[in-house]
Amino acid sequence: MASVSPSQALLLAMILFALGLAGVLARRNLVFLLMSIEIMLNAAGLAFVVAGSRWHQPDGQILFILVLTLAASEVAVGLALILRIHQRNASLDADAAAKLKG
Amino acid sequence: MPPILWLIPGLPLFGFVALYLSAGRMPHRAAAAIGVGSIGLATLLAFAFAHWFLGASLPGDVYLETAWRWITIGGFDPAVAFRLDPLSLVMMLVVTFVGFLIHLYSAEFMAKDEGYGRFFAYMNLFVAAMLTLVLADNLLVLYAGWEGVGLASYLLIGFWYRDPANGAAARKAFILTRIGDTAFIIGLFLLFHELGTLDIATLMARAHETWATGSAVANAAAALLLAGALGKSAQLPLQTWLPDAMAGPTPVSALLHAATMVTAGVYLIARTHELFELAPAVEFTVAVIGAATLLLAACSALNQHDIKRILAYSTMSQIGYMFLALGVGAWTAAIFHFMTHAFFKALLFLAAGAVMMRLNDEHDIFRMGGLWRRMPVAFVSFLIGASSLAALPLVTAGFYSKDMILWGVWSSGPAGPGLWATGFVGAFITALYSFRAVFVMFFGDARRTPSGRYGWCIVAPLAVLSALALTGGFVNIPSALGNVNSFSDLLAPVLPARQEVTTASTTQALVMAATSLLVLLGVYLAYLTYIQRAQVLRRIATSSPARALAGFWFGGWGFDTLYEHIFVRPFLALARLNRNDIVDACYGGLVVASRTLNRALSRTVTGRVRAYAAWVAVGSLAALAIALFLQ
Amino acid sequence: MNAAFYLAAAVAVIATVLTITRTSAVHALLYLVVSLLAVAVVFYVLGAPFAAALEVIVYAGAIIVLFVFVVMMLNLGEAAAAEERRWIAPRYWIGPAALSALLAAELCYLYVSGAAQPSGGAVRPTVVGAALFGPYLLAVELASMLLLAGLVGAYHIGRHLFADGAARAGPDGPRGE
Repeated sequence: MASVSPSQALLLAMILFALGLAGVLARRNLVFLLMSIEIMLNAAGLAFVVAGSRWHQPDGQILFILVLTLAASEVAVGLALILRIHQRNASLDADAAAKLKG
Repeated sequence: MPPILWLIPGLPLFGFVALYLSAGRMPHRAAAAIGVGSIGLATLLAFAFAHWFLGASLPGDVYLETAWRWITIGGFDPAVAFRLDPLSLVMMLVVTFVGFLIHLYSAEFMAKDEGYGRFFAYMNLFVAAMLTLVLADNLLVLYAGWEGVGLASYLLIGFWYRDPANGAAARKAFILTRIGDTAFIIGLFLLFHELGTLDIATLMARAHETWATGSAVANAAAALLLAGALGKSAQLPLQTWLPDAMAGPTPVSALLHAATMVTAGVYLIARTHELFELAPAVEFTVAVIGAATLLLAACSALNQHDIKRILAYSTMSQIGYMFLALGVGAWTAAIFHFMTHAFFKALLFLAAGAVMMRLNDEHDIFRMGGLWRRMPVAFVSFLIGASSLAALPLVTAGFYSKDMILWGVWSSGPAGPGLWATGFVGAFITALYSFRAVFVMFFGDARRTPSGRYGWCIVAPLAVLSALALTGGFVNIPSALGNVNSFSDLLAPVLPARQEVTTASTTQALVMAATSLLVLLGVYLAYLTYIQRAQVLRRIATSSPARALAGFWFGGWGFDTLYEHIFVRPFLALARLNRNDIVDACYGGLVVASRTLNRALSRTVTGRVRAYAAWVAVGSLAALAIALFLQ
Repeated sequence: MNAAFYLAAAVAVIATVLTITRTSAVHALLYLVVSLLAVAVVFYVLGAPFAAALEVIVYAGAIIVLFVFVVMMLNLGEAAAAEERRWIAPRYWIGPAALSALLAAELCYLYVSGAAQPSGGAVRPTVVGAALFGPYLLAVELASMLLLAGLVGAYHIGRHLFADGAARAGPDGPRGE
């Protein structure tokens, strides 16, 4: 079952990470921004799991669990913020939210 | 004798401290007591030391006293040490005694001045520094005294500081002597670097051993020391400060700028004469400078009408004689002339001051006249002083010292007669201007009426100095007249007598006679011009070439104008150019740069998240690239 | 089992690309779910079944669902969609694409070189659980605190959303306050 080369799996993780970064930089909508960040987190988690699999240790998966926890709480707060910003600015433009105080 | 040589410069120093700290609140009697008393005690002590020194025969004829070790750094450990040998003995006696007389005189002369305490404080400081200078055993202590007298000179020339012209004169004096002082200290650096010591005796011995005559380093060292001496002694080309230094009170002019400070250069060269013997080119330059200055100054003195300026140019001229003597190797003659010059020049200044005092501070001799009847004391003193200055034959001290110089110059070698001729002509002009001053001031129609009387503080110093100006020369009489050599014998251990090229005494007598005749001719010419008012002479004097020449000579041969154009104007132009201070602009540039950087960086603070994310990405890209390349 | 890996990897990459280029948020979210499921398959192939399960249940099943809820709540209308189309014009992709490509290239060069072959077998959940209760006990506690913080934060920020009475969104976009 585990005859996948870690290099190739890591390659996949890098590609996903780069795609997520492109999304962060290119998209102006706050929701998409958050989504792209999720993609990046997921890619990082993939890298951890690959490492754990390569050494045949549970540590990779445990770190993946922690990444997951982080993603969850971050999404919760982030989405709440998005809703607030939407209520205040009447749009989801990331650039419009550049000035926070007045 | 207990080791209290240090008290001789020390007592005036204590006087200075006491008077300075009292900040002018001392009553005049107390200030005078301290000021004059400290010098008086120093004089007594000096005489005591002289008596003891001449009686005891010390090895090498030297008495050394070390006060403390100044500094010890890697092989350089000068001590604050004092040396008493015949040369410094003579200098010390002259400085203390003449200084005491002048201090006594000022007790009455400056009585109405509000800065009385301050005056005596500065005068004491000066005497302390001058004594340090003459008693110094190593060049570093000498330099300390040198600087001290420069400071005192500045303070005293600008004594009446409320008038900005006095401050300007003081600054001019200080700056010009500073140029010399800088050359002097560079010379000290050179000497220490080459010979490893600044102790005078050791220095001279080592120079003799290690340097060849005429070598570049000997020439350089001697030239630098000469530059220092030129500044302090107001010789060419650093002579322009002396006439302006007459802005100070008359006792100051008498003590500093006639008798003692301006002769510090002469003392320096005499002290380090072995060094100059190793550099014949520089020694010859000394003689040439002396000859040139004596003529230049004598001509300038000829048509001044401020009595103090006449005496200032006269001082410059007489020091030119001393330099001439030093330059041909007649060291003893130079010191002899220094001694007699101290007596008669101080006498002249004090007498002039006495006249000015009673004429409500009148300086212009053409506004005086016919005073011989009203001011007999001042008249007699001034006459004696002028006679000694002119070197009236046989009866005055100046005659013997000037004759010794001229004979020394004549018999000094191939260039001798040429240099002698300048001295010869100079003697004529000296007689002319000194008696011009006498006749114009004291004879003719009375224009002003003197007021007041003299107290004993004025009369006593004048009397003593008059006596000395007449008899002071009898310590050294040439062989043609009586062959007394006490002075030369005294100084022989320190300043060995030169070998004279021609020792024929008939030649000497002829030279002496020629000089004496010329001097008498000068006196007679002055008499004709200013008493008889001969028409022929008046027509010569008022013709246009004579007038042009007179104007040129009046301004000190144009040196002031020359320096103004070469140095002062460009410097002021440069200062005006740098009005906004380039260095400050550099600091301003720093401010501008940081502000610009701030503004540039502020533009990155947009508040846009994606831009920040982009910067993070770029940063991590760069960091990874660096990590890649470092592998 | 490499075929499964390559297939899942391809699906993940294509789905991700589609996610970041959609105009409609819901479409993007759905593609994201596909991508995450594909990654879960990769996890399973790599011998980490527990991670695969968690990816499906928590990431795809909770986090993305939360996203969907919020997007529905926002109720973005036609105006927003038009704006969105304007915002993702191709010329805005040049910079990000270049940057990401460079970063990807660097990372690949750094990490993807001569990694050894994996040792066989999967890492069973039992082992993971034992590690969680063992050396990583503190990490678990901290993670729970993080979750609590997230919870409280989200609650606090969202508290005033409907309190002012002007927050309800309409079909043409919300009326701001």
